[in-house]
Amino acid sequence: MPAGNAQPQRRPDPRRIAAWLESVTDPEIPVLTITDLGILRDVQVHGDRVEVVITPTYSGCPAMRTIEQSILAELARHGIDDVRVRNQLSPAWTTDWLTPQGRRKLREYGIAPPAEATADKKALARGVAVVRCPQCGSTRTTCLSEFGSTACKALYRCDECLEPFDYFKCL
Amino acid sequence: MRASQTSAPGRSEALFEQLLRIGDNALILGHRLSEWVGHAPALEEELATANVALDLIGQARNWLAYAGEVEGRGRDEDALAFHRDVLDFHNVLLVEQPNGHYGDTIARQFLFDAFHFLQLEALAAGRDARIAELAAKSVKEVGYHLRRSGEWVVRLGDGTELSHERIQHAIDDAWIFVDELFTADAVDRAVQEAGVGPDPASLRPPWEARVQAVLTEAGLERPREGPVRTGGKQGTHSEHLGYLLAEMQFLPRAYPDARW
Repeated sequence: MPAGNAQPQRRPDPRRIAAWLESVTDPEIPVLTITDLGILRDVQVHGDRVEVVITPTYSGCPAMRTIEQSILAELARHGIDDVRVRNQLSPAWTTDWLTPQGRRKLREYGIAPPAEATADKKALARGVAVVRCPQCGSTRTTCLSEFGSTACKALYRCDECLEPFDYFKCL
Repeated sequence: MRASQTSAPGRSEALFEQLLRIGDNALILGHRLSEWVGHAPALEEELATANVALDLIGQARNWLAYAGEVEGRGRDEDALAFHRDVLDFHNVLLVEQPNGHYGDTIARQFLFDAFHFLQLEALAAGRDARIAELAAKSVKEVGYHLRRSGEWVVRLGDGTELSHERIQHAIDDAWIFVDELFTADAVDRAVQEAGVGPDPASLRPPWEARVQAVLTEAGLERPREGPVRTGGKQGTHSEHLGYLLAEMQFLPRAYPDARW
């Protein structure tokens, strides 16, 4: 093979890297990518080194390590090995960063997306949100527990179709 | 008395200790809550308790990691969590109290959540950017903890005769540890003067208002002032903490090179 055919050393393009990372999914909600969730905050290229900035949904989110590994593996597949994944806490993640596509995917997966636009203080007011059943669309639903199968979800029951379902809480 | 105990602590020394206090509160309460896993009265409550524990342990990790950096002696969050002994823990006495029955756990949680929420709000407005950032992240989670524990106090207080009696006793029992949350010492004052943290006493009026509102809705009495226990923040603990640490620290101490 002629020497000139070796892979040309080009600076990786941040936008292209971000596009590659759209295949990295959340291990606990595998239909959502880290882009859908708003976990992927930034991609920067410093010389040959790529820095990927991610933010946790919750302080104790046990998925962060797996997500970091998936990012490294995905970029390695594209021949990028000099990668640093940086965990950034500020500004704090909010469910407002879920993309419209992410909200649609959640609903199709059987998880009710966050009801309000912003959580903040409203989360403290009791019984505010109207949560729609992702199965039958009814708004006659009851909160069974503030915390569901993961920290980011609450457990609900539909009083119409009687199915239980997860609700992605506002944060 | 040694000079070091009378003179005011230095800036970074006070900051280190304050970070341990905040981190240890979260770590010890998180561990206590995790003890319910496999034993909670209902599946939903088991999930909820474990999730609150997870939030708190995640927060503790962030606080203790920063504490280790401020200390500058190469201790990371694991070293601080697993290789300190009882006297070097700085959590308040309230959070190390045993789980008791579920009403005891809820009473402890509610009284602490109401304080924790206000403390984090104040820290988020402080001058240390890293602390403000960690507090802003945590306060959103703690808002949910407070909402849940408050709802349980109402449900139990406004429930059956037995549940009412039990939650009232639980709140009466836990009240002995409330004063410590709001009692300032030299560390609190140094941190407050640096504009990093609040004067704990300033959190008491809004705490009283919030707690009173829930107690009223629950049909419960605010306990009268009685004896008071303090000392956890300075490292003088009840006998319960040693047993908790023995369980929590066993694995990393017995197998120092364990990796998973």
